[in-house]
Amino acid sequence: MKLSPLTLGAVALVLIVPLLLPASSFYLSLGNYIAFGALVALGLYLLTGMAGMTSFGQAAFMGLAAYTTALLTTERGWSPWLTLPLGVLVAMAGAVVLGGITARLKGHYLPLSTIAWGMALYIVLGSWTELTGGHTGLRDIPPVSVFGLELSNSRSFFYLSWFFALLGAWTASNLTNSRIGRAMRASKGDAIAAASFGVNPGTLKLQVFVLSALYAGVAGWLYAHYQQFINPSPFSLEASIKYLIAAVAGGVGSIPGVFLGAGLVTGLEEALKDILPVIFGRTGNYEIIAYGLILVLILMFAPKGLWPFIERYLPKTKPKNPQGEGLPTRMAAGQPGEVLLEVSGLTKRFGGLVAVSGMNFQLRRGEILGLIGPNGAGKSTCFNLITSVLVPSEGEVRFKGQTITGKPPYAVHKLGLARTFQHPHLFPEMTVLENAALGTYARTTAGIPAAMLGLARPEENASLVEAYRALERVGLAHLAHQKADGLTVGQLRLLEIARALASNPEVLLLDEPAAGLRAGEKRQFAALIRKLVNEGVTVLLVDHDMELVMGLVDRLVVMHYGEKLAEGTPREMQNNKKVIEAYLGEAVA
Amino acid sequence: MDWTIVSFLAADAVQNGTIYALLALSLVLVFAVTRVILVPLGEFLVFAPLTYVFFLPSEVSGLQLQGLIPGTAWLSAGMLGVWAALDRADPRRAGLLLVAALAVLGLAWWGVHGVPLWLGWVFAVLIVLPIGPASYRLFFEPAKNASVLTYLIIAVGLHFAYQGLGLVFFGPEQYRLPNILNGQTNIGLVPVNNQAFLVYGFALLAMLGLFLFFTRSLYGKALRACAVNRLGARLLGISPSQAGYVAFGIATLIACLSGMLAGPVLAAGVGYYQGFLLGLKGFVAGILGGLVSYPLAVIGALAVGGLESWASFQASAFKDAIVFALLLPILFWRSLRSHEIGEEE
Repeated sequence: MKLSPLTLGAVALVLIVPLLLPASSFYLSLGNYIAFGALVALGLYLLTGMAGMTSFGQAAFMGLAAYTTALLTTERGWSPWLTLPLGVLVAMAGAVVLGGITARLKGHYLPLSTIAWGMALYIVLGSWTELTGGHTGLRDIPPVSVFGLELSNSRSFFYLSWFFALLGAWTASNLTNSRIGRAMRASKGDAIAAASFGVNPGTLKLQVFVLSALYAGVAGWLYAHYQQFINPSPFSLEASIKYLIAAVAGGVGSIPGVFLGAGLVTGLEEALKDILPVIFGRTGNYEIIAYGLILVLILMFAPKGLWPFIERYLPKTKPKNPQGEGLPTRMAAGQPGEVLLEVSGLTKRFGGLVAVSGMNFQLRRGEILGLIGPNGAGKSTCFNLITSVLVPSEGEVRFKGQTITGKPPYAVHKLGLARTFQHPHLFPEMTVLENAALGTYARTTAGIPAAMLGLARPEENASLVEAYRALERVGLAHLAHQKADGLTVGQLRLLEIARALASNPEVLLLDEPAAGLRAGEKRQFAALIRKLVNEGVTVLLVDHDMELVMGLVDRLVVMHYGEKLAEGTPREMQNNKKVIEAYLGEAVA
Repeated sequence: MDWTIVSFLAADAVQNGTIYALLALSLVLVFAVTRVILVPLGEFLVFAPLTYVFFLPSEVSGLQLQGLIPGTAWLSAGMLGVWAALDRADPRRAGLLLVAALAVLGLAWWGVHGVPLWLGWVFAVLIVLPIGPASYRLFFEPAKNASVLTYLIIAVGLHFAYQGLGLVFFGPEQYRLPNILNGQTNIGLVPVNNQAFLVYGFALLAMLGLFLFFTRSLYGKALRACAVNRLGARLLGISPSQAGYVAFGIATLIACLSGMLAGPVLAAGVGYYQGFLLGLKGFVAGILGGLVSYPLAVIGALAVGGLESWASFQASAFKDAIVFALLLPILFWRSLRSHEIGEEE
């Protein structure tokens, strides 16, 4: 693993600075608080920056871990090293409950429920006096010992806090550069597209939320054993919002950003403690005015936080093209001409409107089947039924003899079906290579723990190689490291296909792939599809561009008013009376 | 628990539930039209009665304010001033906003130099009211088309700022407001403050008014159109910004009037910090209807009030925790009704 100069510098700073300061220096205690804040903010980096969710309850998760360790070490005399995993587990269990309930709901329910949860926990911690000591709290929490050495002053604890903070940064960075990180960013941008490539967005979001509670839990454990005394106030809703402010102010989209934010907010807190009583002439909770305004102004004027302004001046690493072995390919066993996909009696009603009615057709291995029809014929609905984005009212779709209706899109994709979208569903913030690499999600297996500990690097490299090859196949390799938002419509369509190819599909489902292409691009596109079919892919193509379809497909299914009108070779269809009527209107006799 | 206690608790439940219902209605209104979850609504609710305290004669309020202009007036006028500066391209509107800013300060000056109670009451509402729409113009309008999440974080930031300002303006004390209607009426065994009837009356009036506004008036229909499809509404000549001001205005007005009417019957008096708890309970109620259904929000509010008064009898220290915990089963119920993948916005 190669470390960037920035990382090395940060580690060196953490090792050397404490030696230059007195062991109980105010600056070292500040340094400890920055590490706690950075840990919590790292959780928010994953949650908000990567997965697009937000929590106003991170301090409450800290509190769960802190109170667990405090109670078990003081009342039962357990070792803090034993209560670290226990406290973190309790915090994660809280997240499972909250997240599990809201995971299937719209994005704003989770943050709202974390507000209520933060308030409720704070009240319970303050009122359940027998257990928690109420607002006076719990004291005499033992310090942590490492190899018999008691970490009881700010300097020795500084090393422990920053060990965890840097470990947190390392694991978060590993996770970012893995299939899971890619899936997180994908489901933030477009859940349907992510689901079409094997990601289960609901589960993934829940996992990220629980992970953010893990980071907060570690911070809570550290806090309890550093202070050796806890009460409810550092775990209130207000504290949670402070952590969110830290993450947002520094830049919630990057790891250095959340460290910067934690430093700024912790420093600001100290500064405000001195300044505000002078301004208002009495002490009180006045700093929340500053926090509130900072949060609002940052979101209005620098939504990506302050880090991008610094990052601009740092040297950029030049991206390298991935090299090495790709992923093992799927065994495409089967006879050419056997039925791969079978649609029978497929019907979809939207209220009183029958969009698709009793469709029957088969897709055979090695062919290009075109599904055509005039506008409004029900082609796209039919397509969405096959890819399980919609649930049919009647009938079923079988893939290799297995019924796939009713299965979620991510499960259908894993069987070997890959699709493109009529309006490209790509991720403009991600590079072209990363976009294509999402296609390999279902072919790779590394879980969150493996990804965090960097154990999945060989597999990740193979994914990128695979994605790069897919880009080469469609002719986009020269753009691999560009952001996808700079591409033309034609290039976006090709990238959609590259992403599908990276999943090594048996069947490629193309939804109006030629819409918006120029004539030359259409010819190139047709040649590309031919080439892919020769390489062993089976294609179902939905389109209404006659010229393209007629020259490309082996067989056609023509739809009209939701029903199958005719089926046969392009030549047969061109001479079919019913088809001509549907397209050109009834012949005037 | 015997029947006397039950009926006392029930009366309490209805009284609090009505306040939550009014807040829930306002929250639903604002969310439907602008997709902003208006967390600082509770602050508007307490700002109005706290401003009114400044206009009371010192023998009623028990304070020696010596003609101090309430901070809310400075805030309101200041925000109107910034609004005018932002809209300087439209001189007529900017001028009107400046006049409004001066008027707010004028009313506040007049108010603290002695006015009849009822006039001070009206002044307090008029002074706080502009803060709502001005918040929309200053903080949400510039972040146009942001996600619900970004709006929510901005709203939480504003709540922080307003709550802190509330402490600066009014201090940590709680104030008792004079009743408009004195005395009590017995309903069965339970004595109900006459003032509480004003709250009920206002709640019914507000619900009826909103209903008529949204179903009968063209402007109300336009607001509903904005709620359903902003782009479509704009293409038909409805300005989403204007809809935002109106939605924020109505919500702030409802919150201010609720605060003024309910202030005298709130058991703890009115303090700067109370708005958030009240608002949050309005939320729990509003979420029952997914922040889109008005009738469900009202039912939710009464349920929240009921649970709260039951909890205050059984375990008073935990009563707020129990109310917030109610959110979990509500969300679970909603989650069972949701089937779509990647349901966003």
